[in-house]
Order: sequence, then C-alpha cells, then structure tokens
Amino acid sequence: MSDQGSFYQRDRSWHPPAFTPSYKTSVLRSPQQPLLSLENTISELTGPVFGHDKLGPLDNDLLRNFAKTGDPVGQRIVVYGRVLDENARPVPGALLEFWQANAGGRYRHKKETYLAAIDPNFGGCGRVITDEEGRYWFRTIKPGAYPWPNGVTDWRPAHIHFSVFGHAFAQRLITQMYFEGDPMIWQDPIVATIPDKSAIEQLVAALDRQNTLPMDALAYKFDIVLRGRRSTMFENRMEGN
Amino acid sequence: MVQKLPFLKESPSQTAGPYVHIGTNPNWVEITGVWQEDLGLVLVGPGTKGERIIIKGRVFDGAGDPLKDALIEIWQADAEGLYNSPQEKRGKADPNFVGWGRQPADGTTGEYRFETIKPGRVPYKDGRMMAPHITVWIVARGINTGLHTRMYFSDEEAANAECPVLARIAHKARVPTLVATRTEENGLPTYTFDIDIQGEKETVFFDI
Repeated sequence: MSDQGSFYQRDRSWHPPAFTPSYKTSVLRSPQQPLLSLENTISELTGPVFGHDKLGPLDNDLLRNFAKTGDPVGQRIVVYGRVLDENARPVPGALLEFWQANAGGRYRHKKETYLAAIDPNFGGCGRVITDEEGRYWFRTIKPGAYPWPNGVTDWRPAHIHFSVFGHAFAQRLITQMYFEGDPMIWQDPIVATIPDKSAIEQLVAALDRQNTLPMDALAYKFDIVLRGRRSTMFENRMEGN
Repeated sequence: MVQKLPFLKESPSQTAGPYVHIGTNPNWVEITGVWQEDLGLVLVGPGTKGERIIIKGRVFDGAGDPLKDALIEIWQADAEGLYNSPQEKRGKADPNFVGWGRQPADGTTGEYRFETIKPGRVPYKDGRMMAPHITVWIVARGINTGLHTRMYFSDEEAANAECPVLARIAHKARVPTLVATRTEENGLPTYTFDIDIQGEKETVFFDI
C-alpha cells in the first residue's frame, strides 16, 4: 500500500444511501443534510493498529471459543479470504471482528427475543488479524436465517457481520457476508439498501469445494476490499506503481 | 474501447445491526470467557501524558429519541498532537496512549462515555493548524454506513475560529453542532457532545 496520498473518495452510489425506507429503522436514523466532503487530513490518514498480543489462541475458532460441554450444533464451515485495497494490494495486520447467530438463527444477546433456542456451546463472536499477504481464516458453524420486525414476514438471509480496521480510520468499515445460492438474499430489505446488484454480489461468499476439509467443514471464500490510496504524482514520485 | 483500469471496488457497507455488541463488546452483553476484555474501553493509564477529560453524550434520531443500541468509536492524537499510528511520520506518539476508544451507548439511557485526554493540535494538509478535535464514528441499527464526525472543544474558541476544517462549513449556524460543551464533573473537565442524526439541529457529518 502506498503511504503518501489521500484515499480514493468513497463511491456513495456503490454503498447504500443513508435513507432507505424499505429498511424502516433507517428513516429516522439517516442525515438529511449532505455530507461535508473533506480531503483527508492526518486525522483520517492514521488509524489504530492491533497487535497479535491482543488475541487469544481460539479467537478465530467459533467452534471452540465458547464451547462448554461439546461442539455447537450446525454445519461446520471455514470462512477464509483476503483483505485487499482498491489497488488490489494486500492489507496486512488488519483486525477483523465478526459476529453471527447460531445455526437456528438465534443471537446470544440480552435484547434478542426470538423463540429459537440458544446453543449452550456457541457464543457467536470471533476476530483475527490478517497475515503479511492480507489473508485470514476462521472456523464456525453456518448461521441460520432469522425473522425480524420490519415487514411482517421479513427474514434476514444467513449472514455473518464483519467489522474491519485497515491502516487508517478512513478505511473503517462494517459490512455483512452472505452465502452463495441463498434465495433470501434477493428478498432482504437490508441487502436491498445497496442499489447496485454487482455491489451486492461482492458481499456473497463463494462456496469453495477446493478448500473444503473432507468429512469436516465446508469452505466459503470472502474477500474484503478497503479504500485504496492515490499515487502522489508530481508531489514526490509515483508510489508503488 | 480503452484500456481497463485495474481498480477494485470497495466492499459496500451494511448496517452493524442491533447486535453489534456481540462482536465488539461480548463481555458487555454477557458473552464471557471468549476474550478477556472488550477492546477500546480504556484509553488512559497511569503513564498517559496530558489533561484527563471525560467525553459524554447521546446520539439522537430524527424523532429526538436517544439511540440505545449505538456503538461509538473515537480516534484522536495524543497531548502533543501526534497519532499513535505507523502512518504518523512527524514523530513518535505517547507510547502510553493508543488514541482509539470504543463504547456502547447505555442500553437504558443511550449515554456514551469516554475517559481520555485532551488532544494537541495537528496540522491540516497545507500546514495550518487545525483546532484540537476528536474523530467520532457512529454505527447502529438503521445506519447503513458508519457516520463520521468530529468533536471540537468549547474552551478552544480561538483555535476553533481559525480551524481550516470548521472554515469549510458553509452554513456557519451548523458549526456549533461540532463543539462539545465544557463543564466540571467530580473535578474533571467534562465535555458533552450530543449528536443529532437528523432534523433541525442535525450534526455535520463528513465524507472523508
């Protein structure tokens, strides 16, 4: 990654707009004034870095990091991929945090009231730091779909939430990963906040038979792209080009 | 046809949802034993240089109700105006101050609260000094892309008046939405920074 220029401006027609009335909660939680565009200052070009000393050995193993009496119930999967920037360069040292419901679509959260059962051996949180090539992986169970109070019969597709720290606060991102072939992706008001079909497809993890662990866990590949940085032409030299 | 440009597209944002704390503050939602402590709760230690301050406030929706499920992150320079980041090329920041914090809004009142230090001034791109400020990032159910704003300090009037970023705000009546009000609380300077997502007093949000 070049470490001189500003970040490419976010493409706000690619990201979901703030006001998306089919996702009802966004109606009162969306600014009405335009955002103030600001060329990056050092306040946005810098960001926190997290060392491996912050992580425990089971942080990327959701099959084991909460288990009390045995394995969680559900389809064992491995999720892996790379964190890249828009210049297709790897982002090493990126902290990824992820959270999800259990196999029945039930979150372990005090405000969750869905009647599906809690799994005593599943917490639903994990984290990992990307290696020098931007790679990460973790092991979990495939989350179930669940109903939510939006439309009367709205259900979220199976998904895993991701929070990503790149190298700068300007790259801070929270998103969701969906699973290849799930018909509910295309009926979901939260997915539909994203206007562009190919942008949605960028959040759908591919089933990867190649990297599947035989008789153990199916693999899904999910790459994440963070904002890239401009070359500092004329100011200095072409960085990294 | 022209040559293709090789850029990838950024992964699109999605809402953090109502259960964001499972991933960011598991201990706070009683998922214990997975990791020792939730990241970002403590910013200052005995060795941290600078003036201790409290920042608190609430995030309000367009109906004037506080968000009780919001997650607030802050990012700031140390007391000398240096960021604790490898991207910081001007000097070495206070090793006892990471500069990043994260707090959930209280589930009953919606209040968030940070104990931190007052940041020093950092330069704008052209070398002019910006007023002391803290970057604030808000995610929650109903927010599709994290909202990015800045908190400035009410007792830095002169610096605020010459801050090149505040000067970019064309509607001067909106500048005070970024200025936290100073009071004293238990002997500590306490800054209240309420954020209005929508409506008459709408906070200025940035596309950075």
